[in-house]
Amino acid sequence: MQIHCAAGFSFVKEGESVMKIGVLALQGAVAEHIRSLEAAGAEAVAVKRVEQLDELEGLVIPGGESTTIGKLMRNYGFIDAVRQFAGQGKPLFGTCAGLIVLAEEIEGQEEAHLRLMDMTVARNAFGRQRESFETDLDVKGIDEPIRAVFIRAPLIKKVGKDVDVLSTYNDEIVTARQGHLLAASYHPELTDDYRLHAYFVDMVKEAAASKA
Amino acid sequence: METGTSRVKRGMAEMQKGGVIMDVMNAEQAKVAEAAGATAVMALERVPSDIRAAGGVARMADPTIVEEVMKVVSIPVMAKARIGHYVEAKVLESMGVDYIDESEVLTPADEVFHISKNEFTIPFVCGAKDLGEALRRIQEGAAMLRTKGEPGTGNIVEAVRHLRLINGQIRKVQGLSKDELYNEAKVLGVPYDLLLQIHETGKLPVVNFAAGGVATPSDAALMMHLGADGVFVGSGIFKSDSPEKFARAIVEATTHYQDYKLIAEVSKNLGTPMKGIEISKLDSSQRMQDRGI
Repeated sequence: MQIHCAAGFSFVKEGESVMKIGVLALQGAVAEHIRSLEAAGAEAVAVKRVEQLDELEGLVIPGGESTTIGKLMRNYGFIDAVRQFAGQGKPLFGTCAGLIVLAEEIEGQEEAHLRLMDMTVARNAFGRQRESFETDLDVKGIDEPIRAVFIRAPLIKKVGKDVDVLSTYNDEIVTARQGHLLAASYHPELTDDYRLHAYFVDMVKEAAASKA
Repeated sequence: METGTSRVKRGMAEMQKGGVIMDVMNAEQAKVAEAAGATAVMALERVPSDIRAAGGVARMADPTIVEEVMKVVSIPVMAKARIGHYVEAKVLESMGVDYIDESEVLTPADEVFHISKNEFTIPFVCGAKDLGEALRRIQEGAAMLRTKGEPGTGNIVEAVRHLRLINGQIRKVQGLSKDELYNEAKVLGVPYDLLLQIHETGKLPVVNFAAGGVATPSDAALMMHLGADGVFVGSGIFKSDSPEKFARAIVEATTHYQDYKLIAEVSKNLGTPMKGIEISKLDSSQRMQDRGI
C-alpha cells in the first residue's frame, strides 16, 4: 500500500514507541479508521468494552449514526469512561458522527453526548444523502489540501474561545481542535490519504510524552 | 465539489456498518426504530410477510408514507423500488430518499434488466445470493449489497446460504491463477475487472448486509458472525409481540455479536417472535429470492 506522506510529518521514527490508539467499535466505519491509524504508524484496536480504554493512549470516535453510537455509549457506560479518559489528557478524534458525539451542544436536540468540546454542531447540515459530496479542503497544519468526503455531514456552528478552527468550507467550520481534542465533519478514513490521522497520532505522541 | 461519486455512495453504506436497518410502515414505527438505535429505516407500505400474505402486485410505497417517515426521523430513510423500475427510483430520488433498495420483495417491473444505477445521485442497495449476482449489481452501480434471504418468512436459512456462498466464492477466486480468472468471469457472468479486484483484495468493494429472515437477536448475531457488515430486519420487529424491546435487543446483539451472555440477557422475555415459514413449504412461484438475477 502506498502511503501518502507530506513534508512536515513523520510517521514512525526509529527508537520511538508505537502509540496504541482505540477506535470505538459500537457502530460505524471502524475498520477504515484502524487501517488509516496503522498506515500513520500507530497500533490500532477496536474498542467494545470500557475496560479496554485503560491500555490506550488515544481514542477515535468514528463515523456512523450519532444517535445509535450515542445510545450504545450510554448503555455500556462509555459516556463517563470516555470523559474520564479525556480528563487524563488523552487525545480524542471524532469524525462526522464522532464530531457530534464530542460536542457540548447539538442544535435542535436537548441531550448532547460527551459534551467535551466547546462547540455547537448541526446534524445533517448539508441536507440529505443526495447533497453528500467530496471536495479538496485546506487544513491548518497540513501542507497540501486533503480530499474530504462529506456524507450527511454535520457542521460546527459555534465554537468557544479555546477552540482552534483548522478548516472551513464555504465559511462554515468543518475541522476544529481544542487542546487534545480533534473533530472533523468529514471522513478522512474513506481515502488513502493518512495525513489527518498522522496529525492525530502526533497529538497522541505529544500527550504521552508530556505525561512521561 | 462533486456529489454522487462512488466514494460518497459507498461511503454512506460504510457508515451503516455494525448497524441495524429496520422496516417501518408509518411515522410512529419509524420513531420506535430510531429510539431503539436503528442506523436507518426502510419506509414501506407493507412488510414482506404482509406482502406475501396479500399476494397480487407489490409496488413502491405511497409517497405520503415515505415523506411522513422522512419528516419524523433524523437517521437515513431508505425506500424500495421494483427491480428494473427506473421511474419509481427517480420518484424516490426526487423526494430526497437517502438510499433506494431495488428489491425482489416487490414484484419485478422488468424480468431482464435492472435499473442502471450509475446514473443516479443517490445510492442503491441490491440483493445478491451469489458472487455473480453481487458483481453484476455492483457493475450496474449498486453501492451496497445485501443477502436475498427469503423475505417475510422469519427463517434465516436462506440468508445464511447466500452469505456462506458469496464468502466461499470469494475465497475460491482469491486462489485462482490469472488465466483461470478469465474463465471464472465467464462462468459467473461478471466483468473481468471486478473479478480481478476480488482476486486481489479478497473482499467485495462495497458493504454486504444480511437481509431476509432475521427474526431474533441470535439470528442477527449469527449473520454478523458469518461476516455480514450489518443487518436488515424486515417483518421481524413489527410482527413481534413487543416491537420496542425486540428492536433494542436486535441492535445490541448486532453490536456485541460475540458476547453470548449479553445476547442471552437481551433475549429474555421478548415474547413470541414472528411465526415464520418453512422454506420447503413455499412453491417456486412464491420464492422472492429467485427474482432479478
